[in-house]
Amino acid sequence: MDSEHYKIESEPFYAPQGNEIDLYTAAYASRLPMMVKGPTGCGKSRFIEHMAWKLGKPLITVACNEDITASDLVGRYLLDAGGTRWLDGPLTVAARIGAICYLDEIVEARQDTMVVIHPLTDHRRTLPLDKKGERVEAHPDFQLVISYNPGYQSLMKDLKQSTKQRFVALDFDYAGAGLEADILVKETGIDKAVAGKLVQVGMTARKLKGHGLDEGISTRLLVYAASLIKGGVAVRDACRMALVRPVTDDADIRSTLDHAIDAVFEV
Amino acid sequence: MEITTPQTFVLQPEALKTYREHLTCSFPQLDDVFADCMTEAAALLSPKGIDDYLAGASRVCMIGRGFEPVLTYLENMPRVARQVGAEALPLISQAVWKMSRTPNGCAIPGFLQTIAEATRRLGSLEQLQRYVDLMFDMMERTTRSIPGFHDTIPSPGMPGLLEQIPFLLSQLSLEGLRNWINYGIHNHGDHPEQQRDFFQLQSADSRAVLQRERHGVLFADHERKLDLYLWAMWLEQGEEKPDLVPYSESFDESRKPQPYFDKLGIRVPDIYDDLNGVSGLDRYRALLAHIAGHRRWSGPVIADNFSPFQRIAIELFEDCRIDTLVMRRYPGLRRILLSLHPTPTGEACDPEAESCIRHRLAILSRAVLDPDYDYGDPDIREFAERFQNLLVEGESETKDMVGLATSFVARTRRQSDQLPNVRYTDTVVDYRDDNRSLWVFTEIGSEEASFDLNEKQVQEADSPEFGLPPRHYHEWDYTTQSIRPDWVSLYESLHPGASPALVDKLLARNTALAARLKQILDMLKPQWLVRVRYQEDGSELDLDVAIRSLIDFRAGHIPDPRINMSHRSDGRDIAVSLLIDLSQSVADVPAGCQQTVLELSQEAVALLGWAIDKLGDEFAIAGFSSNTRHEVRYQHIKGFAEKWDDNVKARLGALEAGYSTRMGAALRHAGHYLDARRAEKKLLLVLTDGEPSDIDVDDECLLIEDTRKAVQELDRDGIYTHCISLDRRADEYVSDIFGQHYTVIDNIERLPEKLPQLFMSLTK
Repeated sequence: MDSEHYKIESEPFYAPQGNEIDLYTAAYASRLPMMVKGPTGCGKSRFIEHMAWKLGKPLITVACNEDITASDLVGRYLLDAGGTRWLDGPLTVAARIGAICYLDEIVEARQDTMVVIHPLTDHRRTLPLDKKGERVEAHPDFQLVISYNPGYQSLMKDLKQSTKQRFVALDFDYAGAGLEADILVKETGIDKAVAGKLVQVGMTARKLKGHGLDEGISTRLLVYAASLIKGGVAVRDACRMALVRPVTDDADIRSTLDHAIDAVFEV
Repeated sequence: MEITTPQTFVLQPEALKTYREHLTCSFPQLDDVFADCMTEAAALLSPKGIDDYLAGASRVCMIGRGFEPVLTYLENMPRVARQVGAEALPLISQAVWKMSRTPNGCAIPGFLQTIAEATRRLGSLEQLQRYVDLMFDMMERTTRSIPGFHDTIPSPGMPGLLEQIPFLLSQLSLEGLRNWINYGIHNHGDHPEQQRDFFQLQSADSRAVLQRERHGVLFADHERKLDLYLWAMWLEQGEEKPDLVPYSESFDESRKPQPYFDKLGIRVPDIYDDLNGVSGLDRYRALLAHIAGHRRWSGPVIADNFSPFQRIAIELFEDCRIDTLVMRRYPGLRRILLSLHPTPTGEACDPEAESCIRHRLAILSRAVLDPDYDYGDPDIREFAERFQNLLVEGESETKDMVGLATSFVARTRRQSDQLPNVRYTDTVVDYRDDNRSLWVFTEIGSEEASFDLNEKQVQEADSPEFGLPPRHYHEWDYTTQSIRPDWVSLYESLHPGASPALVDKLLARNTALAARLKQILDMLKPQWLVRVRYQEDGSELDLDVAIRSLIDFRAGHIPDPRINMSHRSDGRDIAVSLLIDLSQSVADVPAGCQQTVLELSQEAVALLGWAIDKLGDEFAIAGFSSNTRHEVRYQHIKGFAEKWDDNVKARLGALEAGYSTRMGAALRHAGHYLDARRAEKKLLLVLTDGEPSDIDVDDECLLIEDTRKAVQELDRDGIYTHCISLDRRADEYVSDIFGQHYTVIDNIERLPEKLPQLFMSLTK
């Protein structure tokens, strides 16, 4: 198994908001399972990538959805010409090669799927493969990381206590105004003043969360808007396209956000 | 339009004499005013115009309605003619003449008095002509004659209408006015009292239709947008949003209300027209931005220490500071705020003749907000600079503005500021509030008065007449295919209760039936299972998928391993509202029965209530009856939140019959409550013994059509309506109203058995 294949080559840009890098490093030193929480597009995945790069470990990412089953994670038998062949799932691969396994949006997966991670996340650090009759001992470098957005999921999709209590957790939120503007500048090379205004628009929309918006405008969308502007699109069009239209279908909210863009940018 | 008579113009006595000879009119009062009127006329009219003017006045004189119409004509017409052309002169005098030939001669003075205002509002001869036609049309359609009498009855609504014309024209376009009048004639043409109320704007529907016909941006249509605006742009995360309370500018002409805010909320006009290229919605936003700025940045000032002039100046400087900060935060608002800000010209105010205090301050305000504004006054320049310097560094403070304002007043004070004639033109900044919240008064407040008020309110609450204010509902008029807004007044109350024993007795009598129902209930209660397919692990094999997988397998493809299925239980999520017809007819004993319809209904509802309670669905019961459109009664018997307990049984036991069946309003009201429920399915059951009717409606189709409309509206809102009719003739109309959603129970005695069964089959 080639673990180099999963290594991250160049440094992903990440602007720390606090001491999360130190905390993560400490958690990794003890190989504690890690949960990162926060709204969509605030930099959770980017942070994990950055840490994998920093620690020099391979990273295997699984984007979870409701059709993911336990065998999609651990592996399954496949038919081939001579009979059947076992194929490891991403979780098993990570456990074997000592990678950081990142299960993105874990709650989207079905409840019974989550249970398979339990033996990997306590003192046992093993992964039993029922169908194959094998018990995989996790590599000493293996670490499990899950991400979790407590904001928009329904009650039905909350994590079980027995799952939650296997992790240490880091809370993420959108970066503060100044830092967020710096991120936009770094990511896209846009003018600092425009970045500041984009962040201001983002702030207004985030205040509407719960009043008709499920989630505020994420840093990711702000980066999109910034790259459009950088690419020569008029500010007003770029903002509408990247910031307003994706987040809402509600005419009242759209009109309010459009107005906010006009008010902030003086166009 | 401001037209001033040139002072220099003097009419020669000979000319005056000639003019007087052309005016055939012998009222002695005429001589007192003739010279003045003619001076004005000669200044404003051409010679041909003057001829028409005098001929018109002669005609008005001849109608024999005294001197008043003549005077009104003489005084107003020169300006009217000046504004829309001399053709207005014969137009009006002929209209007056024509009107004097009808029974409505008494309306002539009123009519003439509206002409000046109408001309000012309408602005063109063509519009004025339409206005006159409209008035004649209204007059002819409401004037009635009684067959067999030679007498005709003058229009009852006309005098009231004429009184309201200035106000109506300030609110409506001519088109809107016509619609409003047509509505009034159509719906109140046959009822002189109602017609009078309608045209005097006394009745609720009159105001509602007026509201509908108004122009501009209605607050009500954009309330949510404005809430969102405050949340997004002005409130901090978690900060409580102040309420927005609209007020109407239309019913207080003399003292125009201004926006303000206090701890009860922000008061905003209910309507904004576009102004200076700024849309009504943006005007609301500008207003809210300014008020939000005050809430964020303004501190209190003790009012008692300052003179009125100082206070005006402090308010203005503070307003300017707020606006500057608002624009600093959202530069895009600059365009909107400056478009709404007047641009007074330096020389416009004559300090000898009028008080320029407001004018001076408006110039200053514009000067600090608009760098391109051209003004000459060095004092203002100096203060604008001092103001800018204060704000260069940061937000400054209200205290700084107080200092600046008092020195501005001291520097620029003039003797003429005291003049009563204050120049207001170009000094009103549209989006600013009245700044009442800026001031703190240290005087002793009027606690005593408020104490009295409290006591009075307590007494009122205790008195038996105290009830909820009526809710107004619209009604559908199928003859015109239009909605009559706020037509029906619905009063809701709690149904008085008696003893719960009666209902318990009724239930006891039906134990056998109840036992049978219980069996059905138990079958309903285990919640049905929903199949979940495509499971890798499940309770049984899903044969379809299994076969498909096998085929894949044989064909050498990778088979889908998800060949099992499992089951998941699904709960009931239903909200039911039962509406019982309590009109007088339910007190009858139907042929072949021992009990009245009401008693049978009680029994049936008791059983149904018991059954639904066992099932655990959300459930409400209400009764309704009506006594004309002014009094539809909606009586709560059981609310959604109430348990099926003795209180509810007591109310159900005390049901009484009376009055008529105006079903549409009751349906709408019940729908209004159901709409607020969160249940997935919403069911409205109507238990009635006859068709919708009321004593103030002659056309029996009208209420049927209205009820049908109400059912459609409910359907649109996702509420399923089902009617249980006890009227054997119901087939004739019930399907018109409820479509297929009805059950006619012929054998009324079996109602107690049928009703719960029906409910269960509906919700299975």
